[in-house]
Amino acid sequence: MRQTRTIEISTGFFIILGFVSLLFLATQTTNIQAYSGNGGYTVTASFTNVGGLKVRAPVTMAGVHVGQVTAIRLDPRTFSAIVSMQISQRYNQIPDDSSASILTSGLLGEQYIGLTPGGSETFLKNGSRIQLTQSAIILENLIGQFLFHKASSGSK
Amino acid sequence: MRFLLREIYYIVLDFLQGMGASCLFLFRLLRYTPTALLRWRIVWQQIYSVGAMSLVLIMVSGLFVGMVMALESYHVLVKFAATAALGTGVALSILRELGPVVTALLFAGRAGTALTSEIGLMRATEQLAGMEMMAVDPVRRIVVPRFIAGAVSVPLLTMIFCAIAILGGYYVGVDLMGVDQGAFWSQMRVNVDLVDDILKSVVIKSIVFGSAISLIAVYEGYYSLPTAEGVSRATTRTVVNSSLAVLALDYLLTALLFHGA
Repeated sequence: MRQTRTIEISTGFFIILGFVSLLFLATQTTNIQAYSGNGGYTVTASFTNVGGLKVRAPVTMAGVHVGQVTAIRLDPRTFSAIVSMQISQRYNQIPDDSSASILTSGLLGEQYIGLTPGGSETFLKNGSRIQLTQSAIILENLIGQFLFHKASSGSK
Repeated sequence: MRFLLREIYYIVLDFLQGMGASCLFLFRLLRYTPTALLRWRIVWQQIYSVGAMSLVLIMVSGLFVGMVMALESYHVLVKFAATAALGTGVALSILRELGPVVTALLFAGRAGTALTSEIGLMRATEQLAGMEMMAVDPVRRIVVPRFIAGAVSVPLLTMIFCAIAILGGYYVGVDLMGVDQGAFWSQMRVNVDLVDDILKSVVIKSIVFGSAISLIAVYEGYYSLPTAEGVSRATTRTVVNSSLAVLALDYLLTALLFHGA
């Protein structure tokens, strides 16, 4: 009887350990935040080029994670990219003249959206549109401009 | 030449027969599964001998696999000054491939063989025949609880393996090699996807591997020849067949689950 009890307790311990491991993997090693962020408001911004920005990329302000990108689509009339982002309800006092720019974390890192606060007294709310945007920097264009500039200054 | 062709012919026939018979056996097991779950004490005891007893082996292997992954990845990444990606590299390779596959192979060696030889010896010593004489169905009383225990244990062991391996990688990467701790975890969290890498890869793969290994183990044991040699051959076949099945299923599942990504 005593032995049966030991066996059953060990089995219970084993099963609990398995589920604790699953919990650890799901919460500590994954982007679980991106799936649980449903309490927030959505704002849009249009960019002439989003570069390598992806859905679920982080939206940050002063380096702090405040939301995430929920959709990226092309405006069929202006041919610019419309990025929808969901911002956490905790940060509901962001001035509505803030600007959004697409930045890269590190040299080879992921692209994300950085918000820079403006000075307005009114705040961004659900459905607002960020007017001031700065597109992603495309390395090829940058190199192209540099070479073009070099060539034109060299011919003088 | 004729002889060779005939041998190949028989090998193909044997393979087809084995596949067919084990599929039929699986249906028989699944039919008795609900009633076996009601008698949970027997299943519980089998989970102990199959799963809980493999715990130490799985944890130690997981630790070393994670540590060696971190060491190897570090030496590659340091050439590109990209050691911040170490966490991502270790976590993705463990969750997507190494965790489920290595756990399944270890489980086949540690527990699959035990299942086969236990059932095979029961057959050889006519215990199964004795049960039938007492109108107890040996498939329901002996085989089904062992099959369920194996199919339940492998996913749990895989989770434990992955968690320990990532912690082992963390120890080597951050404590020994001096990778930045914040970069290790934050890059991992950005790049490891909950659905793609945990649910689709670890969970689905380990459930399929566990069921396949347990099916092969109980099938080989139940249909082994009732002699000492027959049991030893059945045990060997369990290891060989379940290892091959795991590796083949791994490719199939990866191709099916990630064909879009």
